[in-house]
Amino acid sequence: MTLAAATELATATNEHLANISNTLIYSAMAVYTLAFFAYIAEWLLGSRSKVGRTAAALTADAKAKAQAKAQGKAPAVTVNQGGSTAVLERPQVVVRSAAGSRDVPDGPGAHGGDAQGDLYGRIAISLTVLAFLIELGGVVARAASVERAPWGNMYEFNITFSTVAVAVYLGLLALKKNVRWLGLFLITTVLLDLGLAVTVLYTASDQLVPALHSYWLYIHVSTAIFCGAVFYVGAVATILYLFKDSYENKIASGGTPGRFANSVLDRLPASASLDKFAYRVNAAVFPLWTFTIIAGAIWAGDAWGRYWGWDPKETWSFITWVAYACYLHARATAGWKGRKAAYLAMVAFGCWLFNYYGVNIFVSGKHSYAGV
Amino acid sequence: MSKTTPATPDASVGDQDLGAAGSQLSTAPTESLSVPALGVVGWARWFWRQLTSMRVALLLLLLVALGAIPGSLIPQSGTDATKVADFVKNNPTLGDVYDKLGLFHVYSSVWFSAIYILLFVSLVGCIVPRTWQFVGQLRSRPPGAPKRLTRLPAYTTWRTAAEPEQVREAALALLRKRRFRAHLAGDNVAGEKGYVREVGNLAFHIALIVLLTAFAWGQLFKSEGNKLVVEGDGFSNTLTQYDDFKSGNLFDTGDLVPLSFRLNKFTGTYETNGPNKGTPRLYQAAITYSEGAYGKGRKTLVKVNEPLEIGDAKVYLTAHGYAPLITVRDGKGNVVFRDAVALLPLDSNVTSTGVIKVLDGYQNAKGVSEQLGISAFFLPTYTKGSETASTFPALNNPVLNLTPYHGDLGVDSGIPQSVYQLDKSHVKDFKDAKGQELRENLKPGQTMKLPNGAGSVTYEGTKQWANFQVVQQPASGWALAGALTAIFGLAASLFIQRRRVWVRAVRGADGTTVVEMAGLGRSESAKLPEELGELAGVLYDQAPGVPDRDAAPDEPPDAQRPAQSPVADPALEPSTEPTTPDPQVVPAERPEK
Ligand code: HEM
Repeated sequence: MTLAAATELATATNEHLANISNTLIYSAMAVYTLAFFAYIAEWLLGSRSKVGRTAAALTADAKAKAQAKAQGKAPAVTVNQGGSTAVLERPQVVVRSAAGSRDVPDGPGAHGGDAQGDLYGRIAISLTVLAFLIELGGVVARAASVERAPWGNMYEFNITFSTVAVAVYLGLLALKKNVRWLGLFLITTVLLDLGLAVTVLYTASDQLVPALHSYWLYIHVSTAIFCGAVFYVGAVATILYLFKDSYENKIASGGTPGRFANSVLDRLPASASLDKFAYRVNAAVFPLWTFTIIAGAIWAGDAWGRYWGWDPKETWSFITWVAYACYLHARATAGWKGRKAAYLAMVAFGCWLFNYYGVNIFVSGKHSYAGV
Repeated sequence: MSKTTPATPDASVGDQDLGAAGSQLSTAPTESLSVPALGVVGWARWFWRQLTSMRVALLLLLLVALGAIPGSLIPQSGTDATKVADFVKNNPTLGDVYDKLGLFHVYSSVWFSAIYILLFVSLVGCIVPRTWQFVGQLRSRPPGAPKRLTRLPAYTTWRTAAEPEQVREAALALLRKRRFRAHLAGDNVAGEKGYVREVGNLAFHIALIVLLTAFAWGQLFKSEGNKLVVEGDGFSNTLTQYDDFKSGNLFDTGDLVPLSFRLNKFTGTYETNGPNKGTPRLYQAAITYSEGAYGKGRKTLVKVNEPLEIGDAKVYLTAHGYAPLITVRDGKGNVVFRDAVALLPLDSNVTSTGVIKVLDGYQNAKGVSEQLGISAFFLPTYTKGSETASTFPALNNPVLNLTPYHGDLGVDSGIPQSVYQLDKSHVKDFKDAKGQELRENLKPGQTMKLPNGAGSVTYEGTKQWANFQVVQQPASGWALAGALTAIFGLAASLFIQRRRVWVRAVRGADGTTVVEMAGLGRSESAKLPEELGELAGVLYDQAPGVPDRDAAPDEPPDAQRPAQSPVADPALEPSTEPTTPDPQVVPAERPEK
């Protein structure tokens, strides 16, 4: 009797928490939407600037400059090193970019140097921070309501995933990395991801089946989510790299890109910077992704009696891993750098996506936690 | 370098004029597509060189990824043989093609094996020379400075009143203190750091070999058997005791780890309400086990994620079900059968079926020996209105439905028979009072009378059974060790930069010493100029700059450079200002992200 009452009470609390979580997720979506409009405003206002840096850097007189540079002169970009208050006076280090690489300055960012645009950009980031906190609250409330880590089904996976992706973005911003240009693209997909979560994938709070009761769940799934978020950031940078690279190529070969391309792409970082950023991001999480797969294998060894059994999920994790290894190899192989490597990176991320959505929904296997 | 033209020239080593200084910053094999020399040896060498090139490694990696795809989309006989059979039945022609291509067992097919064996060979063929090359690099010293340091990705210079020897000595001490491998090379000091990158990279690739070998070993010597054990019963690890058993090609029955155990109690708990009512929460089996042939009995719990490990063997709990305890009496009231009969679950609420077989000892009402076969259908939770399916997996209201048959069960015919199925070809049913086939629902403790004094069947109570999977997969430890090494090697290989720094100090035309410092990394990185700036800052303290007397800076002769200015941007031009430069670094890349 009392036990039943206690159970009922606990159930009621959990339902209450689940409702709070849902409300928070919807609120986060609302704030993300506001942030989305602020990012749009930033881009729109930024289009007023007519800097045309890329073009300037790649047109005739810039070529002359490049010529001069090739004779051993240094490029002209100078930046104060962090902490220039150092007492030491240091000799100046002159940097020479690799032979044959284009010397294109990074774009000014979405706001294009426009003060109002910059203001909207800042508002957008503040709203993103707010929405992130609300979403985080939603995820935590969800975890509390189910009394376990919030990744037992695809709904929970999705809300956690977008939270982590935004956290990665905000983390890079906090580290003073030049990633503001990511904002609009990221928030757009976060909204899509959350929309999908609350409509198609929604699953009422629910406990785990015994096979999911393991601390390896925490290790394996949390790193998987984190890797996915970082791979996603890398993929956005790669796509933008491909666009920006064609844009630069077009200008360098004397073509004139369309107005829209001019306005948008000119404000992005140089293709070389985007490429390097994408590489770093992907390379940095690759060891963690390796670890994720190994942790999964250890868990499978405990739960299913074998550490590797070519289950579809395992297979696709492996394919994703090999695809990223290809990408890393491609960067060390002459003739495969640049665009070809970027295509490989896209394929690799495609594999990751398929592993997440495709395998959960279309392929049946032992990883049947999709809850859809 | 490559004979093909790279899309973008190689970042750091692209400058031909860096010579030896720029080479060997990695142990990556050089690409060569040159036509082979004639003759078998020439071709063999060419083939080997192709196989161990990065380009082919890349292709093989891509092929492994591509080859793994069909296995995840087409049913595999290794994991789900019935699905394969269904597939073949529904798509006979396609099934035939798939079968010929080995697509129902991709991961053990000839072509998949061919790809990974080639990759394996490529890997070995790649690692061996790279290791030697790396050992050579470790034994030799970092190459001396290239002629024109200004050509390097990061460069700085100043003039000082200190003697060149002094500067070089200070530089050598500084570089060594910063753990560079440094030495004096004529007019300059050469230092190199970050060898751990190469060590990590080699460790990673070697670890992959260990991992792949351990995996293959595990597959070859693997064994995996299933045993269903009813509460109170035991199992000892010999081949004959298994219900089914699979093993790798090289497995030998002598390899079975000696162990035995007894199932004391199985516990399953389930969600009792809410939308997930009936979802399992906990499965655990309390067992008493002993290691070796005559080991001491020890108690433990085996749970879903927590197998029992004894030596190389792991005992997993993989399934459970119910085993009603049945007593059968003949017409005279003698007990002819008394056992818990394991039934197989049909659904998630553990609706179960099975057969009770009484093979010897039973005599019918006329005293003739016969066999009895009783079809059993069991609902652990019977609810009115749901006669054919249990409504909850736990034993809340168990009902056992029995349909008895008598005659010859056909078990002696020599054809293997499932204990869960009844061959009805030589048996007859019993008729109830109305002449209908006799079948009855029993609750625990109830007895069903067979007509005309043919005996009775009693449902005494319910035990549970658990299925245990005993797996032996040797070399898993090696696989794990390989995997962990791979991670650390990978991290070292990806996060550590290998780079060289040179400090040249020579007397300039005006009698002061010109110090030049330059750095070269394997790839362009912002870290390199920063590090160089820092080193230069320290060295600058020991060899402070002197004002420029004449505006034109003296530098070592450099034919290609205009003598006028070493720096393109007028803003950076040393002019009236003293040469004490700004504490500035011009990063390799654009402003950092
Ligand atoms: C079994 C599959 C393989 C995997 C998963 C793999 C993975 C990797 C990874 C992740 C890196 C780091 C890339 C970087 O430093 O940016 C790497 C580097 C490297 N791999 Fe592999 N690899 C494999 C097979 C091979 C083979 C067969 C070769 C032989 C040609 C090879 C040669 C190299 C070399 C030379 C490097 C260093 C590149 C450099 O120093 O620039 N790998 N590999």
